[in-house]
Amino acid sequence: MTDFVMILTIFVLAIFVGFEVITKVPPILHTPLMSGSNAISGITIIGAIISAGSQHTALTTILGLMAVIFATINVVGGFMVTHRMLEMFKRKE
Amino acid sequence: MSEAIINLAYLVASALFVLGLKGLAHPRTAVRGNLMGALGMLIAIVVTLFHKDIIDYKLIFTGFVIGGAIGAILAVKIQMTAMPQLVGLYNGFGGGASLLVAGAAWIETLTMAQAGDAQAMALLGNEQFSVATIASGIIGAVTFWGSLVAFGKLQGLVTEKPVRYTGEQVVKVILLVGSIVLGVMLIQTPEHITYYWYMVAVASVLGILLVMPIGGADMPVVIALLNSYSGLAAAATGFVLSNNVLIIAGSLVGASGIILTNIMCKAMNRSLLNVLFGGFGEVAEAAEEGDIYAGKIKATSPEEVAMLLETARRVVIVPGYGMAVAQAQHAVRDLFNLLESKGVTVEFAIHPVAGRMPGHMNVLLAEADIPYDKLKEMDEINPQMEQVDVAIVLGANDVVNPVARTDPNSPIAGMPIIDVDKARTVVVIKRSLSPGFAGIPNPLFALDNTLMLFGDGKKMIQEIINAIKEG
Repeated sequence: MTDFVMILTIFVLAIFVGFEVITKVPPILHTPLMSGSNAISGITIIGAIISAGSQHTALTTILGLMAVIFATINVVGGFMVTHRMLEMFKRKE
Repeated sequence: MSEAIINLAYLVASALFVLGLKGLAHPRTAVRGNLMGALGMLIAIVVTLFHKDIIDYKLIFTGFVIGGAIGAILAVKIQMTAMPQLVGLYNGFGGGASLLVAGAAWIETLTMAQAGDAQAMALLGNEQFSVATIASGIIGAVTFWGSLVAFGKLQGLVTEKPVRYTGEQVVKVILLVGSIVLGVMLIQTPEHITYYWYMVAVASVLGILLVMPIGGADMPVVIALLNSYSGLAAAATGFVLSNNVLIIAGSLVGASGIILTNIMCKAMNRSLLNVLFGGFGEVAEAAEEGDIYAGKIKATSPEEVAMLLETARRVVIVPGYGMAVAQAQHAVRDLFNLLESKGVTVEFAIHPVAGRMPGHMNVLLAEADIPYDKLKEMDEINPQMEQVDVAIVLGANDVVNPVARTDPNSPIAGMPIIDVDKARTVVVIKRSLSPGFAGIPNPLFALDNTLMLFGDGKKMIQEIINAIKEG
């Protein structure tokens, strides 16, 4: 159970960090914030990679492959579209 | 690569995610911030490829290529006006990936336990693992299907109107309880993996029914909430896999989504429960509308507006979703440039819930090359409204309705609005007098200092520009 408490500690502290950091994001950047944080939530990709690559059973391999596809769309698309938007904001300095 | 090195790399990735989000605090540092986030992700992915359990890379790279191509094409091709539905779609994929990973982890553990692996057997009986799997499955399914419905609504594939029926709240509660019961049944009989899929199926229906009753103008809240869910689903998957970087990244995103949801709700003076479950957008009584508008509406022409603008010193433009629909942002930029070249100060007043997602209007105006220091928040512009010569309302309605201040019984009572009625002259560019999403008439249109310019937003702006150039 101590493992669980340690992981829970990380979870709770990360939420606090999230609140502190994100309340400082100004409204004009809220759309890029959403798409950028969305890309970060694609971190599930690392679980997907292990499922797709360890090939325990045919079913888990297929689930892993699907998860890799979904998460990659999220990661690649999310960071790229955020970059595209932020460049538009930067252009007029 | 040893476990310790992989975990250290995950720590670096986590730090980069935090620094990346921190960079978004200012447009100057935002690009670098986003790149840091992407670097963190790259590090996490690369070290994961060295995980000891991986025996084959073909499928992994197949997934990278397919997903990467789809993601990249969407990111490059998407129009800025369609950003809300794209973000909605990405949210959904994140949730979908989480539920698939959690399901696969359960099956892997089950097969290992059945083969006699003591560690796997212990894991199946571990509450953290089992509860997290269920949470990941339910939140992931709600996020995936809820996001697809939100995408459909924003894309016009599903009706934008709230779909309501009697007993809908009861149905949703039953679905939620049902999915949890199925999850508990899975915990009690871990070998019946079908319970997981039944649970996911029930949660999927719940996700669809949660978003169907949400109307178009409430979409910013729903998109922000689903954003939060996609993060929470990733965090839950982190608990399934006992993986810190998933938990950290997931909770950062979860927190971000919750903050945005809260800001959106405050900007409408409504609670989250009211947005999700309350009725809104009922039809107004026609008689009331007649009383307010009868004989008091003054229609104007682009030429008259042009004359007004030429003599103005300070102009404020209030954009709404109508500007996005009319794709008028580039025409607005031309008007902005023309007026600024004539020495008129032009600013934009942006209501937090204008458009279909948080920050929607800012992105459109940035796309049209409007400098970001010209984009003013509601609280910043309102105290100066009395010094504004001309306020142009372009495709916005409820967010400039003074009833929010005056009538405590109105559905938008107490909602903070942009006080355009305090400007010397208000020009409302709109196709007709039809009500906005709240379904109520807008007395602003009938004020003495308001002029109505009826027509398509983009066309009217262009005609104003022509009139100024000719005049």
